[in-house]
Amino acid sequence: MNSPATPKARSELAASPGWLSPARWRRRRNALPASGRIGLALVLFWALLALLGPWVIPHPPGAVVSTTVFAPMSLRFPLGTDYLGRDMLSRILIGARYTVGLALAAAVAASATGTVLGLLAAISGRWVDELLSRLLDALICIPSMIFALIMVAVFGSSLPILLLTAALGYVAGAFRIARSLAVNLSVSDYVEAARVRGEGRLHIACVEILPNMVHPMLADFGLRFMFIVLMLSGLSFLGLGVQPPAADLGSLIRENLSGLGDGAAAVLLPAIAVATLTIGVNLLIDGLADHGRPEGGGGKA
Amino acid sequence: MSLHSGRRAQAARNGAGAAAESSADNHPQVLVKNLRVVAGSPGTPSVLVNDVSFAIARGEVLALIGESGSGKTTVALSLMGHTRAGCRISGGSIEVCGTDVLSLRPREILEHRRRRVAYIAQSAAAAFNPARRIMDQVIETTMIRRLMTGSAAREKAVTLFRSLALPDPQHIGARYPHQLSGGQLQRLLAAMALMSDPELVILDEPTTALDVTTQIEVLRAFKRVIGERRATALYVAHDLAVVAQIADRVVVLNSGQVRESGPTMQVLGAPRDAYTRTLLSAVARRVAQSVAQEPVVATSGASSRPPGEDNRRQLLLAVEGLTAGYGKANDQGLPSSLALLDISLAVRRGAALGVIGESGSGKSTLARVLAGIMAPARGTIRLQGELLEPRMERRSREQLRRIQIVFQHADAALNPAHTVAHILGRPLKLYFGLRGAARDERIAHLLDVVHLDRSIAARRPPELSGGQKQRVNLARALAAQPDLILCDEVTSALDAVVGAAILDLLAELRRELGLSYVLITHDVGAVRAICDEVAVLYAGQTVETGPLQRLDAANCHPYTRLLVSSVPELRSDWLEGVASASPGPAMPATASSKDLCRFLPRCPVRIEGRCDQQPPPLNRTQQGAQILCHQPANRR
Repeated sequence: MNSPATPKARSELAASPGWLSPARWRRRRNALPASGRIGLALVLFWALLALLGPWVIPHPPGAVVSTTVFAPMSLRFPLGTDYLGRDMLSRILIGARYTVGLALAAAVAASATGTVLGLLAAISGRWVDELLSRLLDALICIPSMIFALIMVAVFGSSLPILLLTAALGYVAGAFRIARSLAVNLSVSDYVEAARVRGEGRLHIACVEILPNMVHPMLADFGLRFMFIVLMLSGLSFLGLGVQPPAADLGSLIRENLSGLGDGAAAVLLPAIAVATLTIGVNLLIDGLADHGRPEGGGGKA
Repeated sequence: MSLHSGRRAQAARNGAGAAAESSADNHPQVLVKNLRVVAGSPGTPSVLVNDVSFAIARGEVLALIGESGSGKTTVALSLMGHTRAGCRISGGSIEVCGTDVLSLRPREILEHRRRRVAYIAQSAAAAFNPARRIMDQVIETTMIRRLMTGSAAREKAVTLFRSLALPDPQHIGARYPHQLSGGQLQRLLAAMALMSDPELVILDEPTTALDVTTQIEVLRAFKRVIGERRATALYVAHDLAVVAQIADRVVVLNSGQVRESGPTMQVLGAPRDAYTRTLLSAVARRVAQSVAQEPVVATSGASSRPPGEDNRRQLLLAVEGLTAGYGKANDQGLPSSLALLDISLAVRRGAALGVIGESGSGKSTLARVLAGIMAPARGTIRLQGELLEPRMERRSREQLRRIQIVFQHADAALNPAHTVAHILGRPLKLYFGLRGAARDERIAHLLDVVHLDRSIAARRPPELSGGQKQRVNLARALAAQPDLILCDEVTSALDAVVGAAILDLLAELRRELGLSYVLITHDVGAVRAICDEVAVLYAGQTVETGPLQRLDAANCHPYTRLLVSSVPELRSDWLEGVASASPGPAMPATASSKDLCRFLPRCPVRIEGRCDQQPPPLNRTQQGAQILCHQPANRR
């Protein structure tokens, strides 16, 4: 029993200016929920730090500037020093650059490629679908860590290779999800209606199917981002990731692990940094999903 | 506690006969007073149910009538102490056999639901676990509560199966849900509910999802079992004619308020409230009203039936020898499972053809084949003499434009990500290249045509009601300025009142725009409302085609008669009087048996030795009707 439009929806209607607004797939109907706004703030904060990092660091990130290792917070070293006596604030600012830049870029690349390929597989004929599916199945067979090791062993460790490795390692999962979403949507009545209308494949894919895939794919993106952060940290742990003296947030935690017993800021702060970044990304995505979803339009993805 | 209440229930049941006989029963089984259910935040609650009061005496069946959104299910659920997420009972009292339901603690509510109240849901198929046998599920609750031994429970279940007129009551329990039909599952759900001898049975639209022919069987079974067990029941429905068969008293709900209540005969015979009269008129239209139909037919010029040449010129859609199905093709090029067998239809310009049949008759396949979504194995489709490609991909854009399809599920057919303006604007751009202000103007005009407010354009489908969505679907079809609209069960997902309004709209559009329709439906009433020709489909065959009057003709096909007579009427003795032809197993649709009459296993007038030996001949009447039957016209 579906009740007619809720009072809230009605009041929004009354408030909407003009009866014909440009039909875009997502319209700002109401502000982000509070959690989404917190997420947005966290993501913006880290993005800003990553951008401005090189200009605001108080010390060169690779230089040993203090004689005390694991020094507590002080005016000279606002976030203390690490296991070699390097300034933590500088190292985190530069580390965030790697994590945000590398991991985020790789996650975006993986999700976007997966979505496009999944959509292609769903709307193209049987052969394209089989080919893409089996190829990416083969990719998914290789454990991502071993795949990364092979890539780094063959091509050496450099930023482009790390980015490519992380993106390739996670594109198969994104493809699987995107394909199953698109296949389900492509047999829905409205897609059928578009076909009967005589719409081309491109229109069906981009206008009818894609907008309904965006929210689940965003949720998947949040997960994928965290996995990539973990993988890059893991590679750094093996000495194959970002090469010292540079370090991403993951390797900052690893290299300062010996300070954990003393509760050193050097190990806790990068951990908090990774945590706030991933939580921020996920809060933002959940907020976007809720906000883009029409009222009463079912649960979260 | 449980032992005590069990004994009390037993005592109550023993005394049930005496209590029901005395008309002045002081203690009604169910007493609801000033019930109020709200949703939303405490500050600004939206009231779903307001000040609803009623009582159900022991052994009485009370019907709760209303369209969707009227709060009838909300009221029914509240008797079990349940509200849906986000709703809460904010006032009033509910008493079920002396227990104040609202004051029960969570544990006691569980006990209340287990022992006193049973609920029969609308969709039986969804209520059964597909992985377990029927019997295990039917006796499950009794076994959990250890009320009976396993063998006693099974025995009782078989007794219930028998009184619910289920086929093969001894062995039906060993089957799995997918092996049974919707009507059988609905009765099995009733058996499950009655296993614990509940004090109150709540039936929530139990026959709404069923075919009319199946509905008769289920209604009859329910009526019998309720009578036998002197059960107290609350029957939630939107169909007054169904309620007339089974209920003693009726409560009419609208927007959460009681509009009228009283004995069934009084409410249906002499309604006091205007809303009840609206409901009644929505029902009345599906009973024969061919006379009122006449003017429409005359203006469309279809019924005058000009002979020969003229007739051919007006022909819009001609379908010949259409055969289609699913599965791999055999060596003759026919699919292994045939959904349509040698269908031939004709639709003249401005005419409306109703295609009726029960579920599984191939109606939807026909719509899909006509639209080109599915390619037929054989046969041709011509649009004004022009041969259409079997698949839509190869039809020209102009051909696609001229045939539009409106889908059954209004919400599934509208992309939830798009605004109504976008949905309506797309065909305008695609077919006519309209943009900007010209397109907006046309969209506004289309919304006017389907009687929707212009502000709807900025909304998205999930914000619309079912009726509004179906109007948007219709507007989208109209945007293409088609010659023919295929309507696939356009009203079956809607309430009687909302559905009647959509049918009125279809009739009006046809008068004003000269549209032609193929109306595919299981609802004889919808066909009566707007069609002037009819094709009756059974198991993929057209058993009868002809003018609308064929539905009430004395010499119609036996299946047509069965369909027409199965539509519930507003008489309480209708159910007893109507002939029954239980839906037996349909003939397997294989190429080898395709020549014999498909209706044979269910036919009440079959001729042994003829019908099961020879294919039925096609009889033509003077009015141009064609009937596929062996029986001579006066014996059908």
